[in-house]
Amino acid sequence: MSVLRTVLGDIRLVAARDLRIEVRSRVVLDQVLPFAVLVLVLFGFALDADHRTLRTFAPGLFWVTVLLSALLAIGRSASLDATDGTGTSLRMSGLSPVARYLGRTVAVLVQLLVLEVVLVGGIVVLYGVSVDDWLLLVVAGVVAGVAVAAAGTLYGALASGLGARETLLPILVLPVLAPVLIGATRAFDDALGVAAVDGWAWTGLLAVAALVLTVVGASAHGALVED
Amino acid sequence: MAEEPTITASTRDTTGSRGSRLLGVATLVGLAVLGVLAFVLTDPDVRIHPSTGDEFGQFDAVRMLYVHVPLAAMTYLAYGLCAVASLGVLIRRTPWWDVTAHAAAEVGTVFCGLVLVTGSIWGRPVWNTWWEWGDVRLMTTLVLFLMFAGYLALRRTTGDPRTVSRRAAVVALIAVLDLPLVNRSVEWWENRTLHQQSTLGELKIEDLTLFTLMLGFLVLGMVLAWLLLHRFRVGWLERAALDHSVAAAIAERRGETPDEELRRAVGDSPAAREGFDENDRDGDPEAGRP
Repeated sequence: MSVLRTVLGDIRLVAARDLRIEVRSRVVLDQVLPFAVLVLVLFGFALDADHRTLRTFAPGLFWVTVLLSALLAIGRSASLDATDGTGTSLRMSGLSPVARYLGRTVAVLVQLLVLEVVLVGGIVVLYGVSVDDWLLLVVAGVVAGVAVAAAGTLYGALASGLGARETLLPILVLPVLAPVLIGATRAFDDALGVAAVDGWAWTGLLAVAALVLTVVGASAHGALVED
Repeated sequence: MAEEPTITASTRDTTGSRGSRLLGVATLVGLAVLGVLAFVLTDPDVRIHPSTGDEFGQFDAVRMLYVHVPLAAMTYLAYGLCAVASLGVLIRRTPWWDVTAHAAAEVGTVFCGLVLVTGSIWGRPVWNTWWEWGDVRLMTTLVLFLMFAGYLALRRTTGDPRTVSRRAAVVALIAVLDLPLVNRSVEWWENRTLHQQSTLGELKIEDLTLFTLMLGFLVLGMVLAWLLLHRFRVGWLERAALDHSVAAAIAERRGETPDEELRRAVGDSPAAREGFDENDRDGDPEAGRP
């Protein structure tokens, strides 16, 4: 029990550190969020500002925007330890790799949830969608966010320190997140009432994907940070 | 100045051998026989509708069966080998496993690309489309291909080779989790695929068709083995050349350092000189190499 409490404390420590850095540097607020809104606007231009088309495809456009913006947040998160020997200090701090991975995942998740809240507001205002099932929307958004954060944190660590990290990360992580994109889009189809699908069944699949990605990430992270 | 580095002293300067040449010749003969059987001697798929009497079926398009299905099987095999070798990289940490994993992933990705291309060519006359977004097997195969494309991109990055090999091993082990989804997708999502369920286990295809298909497995297996063999040897030579060039660069750098400067740096006594050399040997990139 005390081991679990120690791990939870370490997770909270790492997550709080990452979030404190984010609050002070305001990269997500000043750069990632404006980028996400910009992508929503560009989709509107590309689809000729046709409200019916935008409403129909809003779930897919929403999640593509989340994934593209998440790449920036993940890249930023992975780069935090790249300077001033921070990575080495963390490795020597005695924190377990699992706690470091989960702490960083929690920090990325919090940033993704903020991003999703802003983007939901964006599609309501800009695309004219209405929410039919708020509970499904929130649960699917959180579960898909966990999956994206878990995979993103793992692959962010994987690409860090290598040449061409910025271009490598999307190539590595986006194929893994393709099933999450499909599931999250279907769940939002139901929540936004744009298609007759069983959103809760897709959310269940998303939960399985989130669990698998988190377990794989926590297991593999030790092998990566040992370098 | 040190001599120009060469890699002929401790390594082979060719990827060929008597055995691989024999295998290559046998594979070429096998491919020719397979071509004749698949595209000339076997019958097209033509059936007669019982009530109308009209001809229907896949006609000559069915001949893609003899290439597409064995290619898919060899893709599974190559990626399976990559997964085993990647485990070897993480557990044993020897270059042999690393070069094997890289070779298997590269050849497997070529095969996987060919599976997608031949499937698309087969799908055009049979399904009336080059590409079907709703087909789960097609999607999972595409994701598999893209994940290994990422693996190969990771392999080409600059960085410590040991770090790259360990990270690539993790990527490969995650990517192969998609293999069961590709293989079982026609059973698990039978209403969301245009692919038919496997009939091999029940031997519903008969006579020359079955023989040609089995020959396809054998011949494309030989192609896979030949490619793996050569890609492995190329990888091994690349690694030997890298190690050799690093060792040569160190030797050259030592040669350029004046004795006076060396003495100032490490002290003047023979013991200090010896200690310097001993420490330096610890960083020798050849250490621990087979």
